[in-house]
Amino acid sequence: MEQGAARGRFRNSEAANGLALVSPTAIYAILLLAAPLAAVVLYSLMVDSKVGLSSGLTFDNYLKVWTGRIDQALMIRSLTVSSVVTLVTVLLAYPVAYFVSFHVKPERKSMWIFLITIPFWTSYLIRVFLWKVILGYNGVINSGLMSLGIIGEPLTIINYSLGSMIMTLAHAYAAFAILPIFVSLEKIDRSLLEAGQDLGESKLMTFIRVTLPLSMPGVIAAVLIVFIPTIGDYVTPELIGGGKLPMIANRIEAIMLKQNDKALGSAIAVTAMLIVTVVSVVFLLLNRRFLRGQSK
Amino acid sequence: MTTTEKPNMIEFRDVHKYYGDYHALRGINATIKAGEFFSLLGPSGCGKTTLLRTIAGFEDISSGAVLIDDKKMDDVPANKRPTNMVFQSYAIFPHLTVEENVGFGLRRDPRSKDEKAKAVAEALEMVGLKGYGKRAAHALSGGQRQRVALARALILKPKVLLLDEPLSALDKKIREQMQVELIKLQREVGITFVLVTHDQEEALVMSDRIAVMFEGQIAQLADPETLYRRPNSRKVANFIGTMNFLPAEVLSEGAGGIEVEAQGFGRMTLSTDQVMAGEAGQGAVVGFRPETLTILYDSQTATDREVMGTIEEVVYFGDMTYYDVKLDGTTEALRISMRNVFGRPVLEIGTRARVAWSPGALVMFR
Repeated sequence: MEQGAARGRFRNSEAANGLALVSPTAIYAILLLAAPLAAVVLYSLMVDSKVGLSSGLTFDNYLKVWTGRIDQALMIRSLTVSSVVTLVTVLLAYPVAYFVSFHVKPERKSMWIFLITIPFWTSYLIRVFLWKVILGYNGVINSGLMSLGIIGEPLTIINYSLGSMIMTLAHAYAAFAILPIFVSLEKIDRSLLEAGQDLGESKLMTFIRVTLPLSMPGVIAAVLIVFIPTIGDYVTPELIGGGKLPMIANRIEAIMLKQNDKALGSAIAVTAMLIVTVVSVVFLLLNRRFLRGQSK
Repeated sequence: MTTTEKPNMIEFRDVHKYYGDYHALRGINATIKAGEFFSLLGPSGCGKTTLLRTIAGFEDISSGAVLIDDKKMDDVPANKRPTNMVFQSYAIFPHLTVEENVGFGLRRDPRSKDEKAKAVAEALEMVGLKGYGKRAAHALSGGQRQRVALARALILKPKVLLLDEPLSALDKKIREQMQVELIKLQREVGITFVLVTHDQEEALVMSDRIAVMFEGQIAQLADPETLYRRPNSRKVANFIGTMNFLPAEVLSEGAGGIEVEAQGFGRMTLSTDQVMAGEAGQGAVVGFRPETLTILYDSQTATDREVMGTIEEVVYFGDMTYYDVKLDGTTEALRISMRNVFGRPVLEIGTRARVAWSPGALVMFR
């Protein structure tokens, strides 16, 4: 009797309505995200030989990945590149977001945001390729400088280098970093800034003591949004790095498709995912700390 | 030092402010005395908040001068002025605790950490928030936020405390309680308070003096009683409390006073300080407050004068009853408010009533 009543309550409850609403998306997500993911995890515990995947489960692949010099080096390179890209992107995005939020007239803000997204109207691949045109061995910069007689032969610093990869990635993710920071700046009650000055702080100190901490949730969101996709980026190392500076995604591709070792490739993939998870969780916890102080 | 000789704390000298073409402040001239509880009262858009913000330094002025403690504030930025503000939204920093909020302005204070902590605790105690220091700012109610805002401003011992509609977001009970607390606090600390409000009752309750503002100008600057009893225009009279008006005309003017004939009341003599300038094209009127007329019961006699009327509407408020009474010979009903007294029933619509009045309680606008 009581159970029946409880079930009735559940059927009418907001929770039930909510579940009903998300179920199509949830089913889609489970089929196309969770299931393949589970398959990858399963593969990573098997052994891939010429006859096919073994049925027994083993940690051998992980041992190979974690002790393998190439895998370690590429993982570190991926982490370094994505960390630097994240740092550069967020540092460059913050002033832009700040400018739009604080110095653009309210009626012009949406236009500015619209303009910022314009680079995204072309595909990522094409944008990366355009950077290759600019930075490449025979690219715009090198041939321009050479025709001006400033340099005698193409600069190697700007092509096939980590620097040019970072530049390309930072540009590719700029808008993703600007938007969350902009939103968090928009949410700041402007009277708080006046209060900061009223209590004796200069504009700079008010920024440091009020604006910056209050915009941290946006900064952390930007960090995650840039860091997570760049660590697994495949296109930029391939095109801009010229395949000479592979990152972990290129390694997975090589193992999986060229060496046809699905099990080992899966183990690398899962390892990379675990590292991303750890970093993300750290930032999420940081974000929770900032959010806790602010929820109204 | 007598009260009249208090030094000036704030002085406005022909202050004008334009926002583009919009003339927000139109020649403000006023002085606020040290230790005074001063209110800027007016409807929204009258420029009262703009004027307050010129004191704080958040608003530049287009011409004229604002002086605080006899010093021109033209080039003094907000963070260097001897003023602190309680914002309408309270502007409590959401990422800080209560004590961090209160101690925000003490960063450059040369005192030791312990002394500062003690000062914060004292400030919290002063506003009745003892023991709330460790709480997160977002966990506070509206009234508590306001107390934090007060403590945060007063801990810096400003020469002037600016309050921008500080009570408007609170519900009625807490608002009335805070009004009394603010008055007490002001007496205790002795700091000049400048309050912006659109609530006439609040201004009357709290202020030593009130500047009533309309359309960027000060219409009248006076103490609450003068403002209420002798408003200098119909506009001020209507904004502060309720006032009844009856058409009137001046019969003769002499040294002894002004002979007036008013509809319903008949002839009377008013002293010159009862007569104010009216507005062009509106005709002369006499005005009186609802509580200055009394409906007489059976055996009562009027102390001064008496007229007859008919009760047209009765509004019962518990402690008070409002009667709309049409006096014989008038065209419109007048509002009379009567305190309800035990043993006297509320009168019914249609009752003929004797109404006691006195020429001394009237003002005339001509």
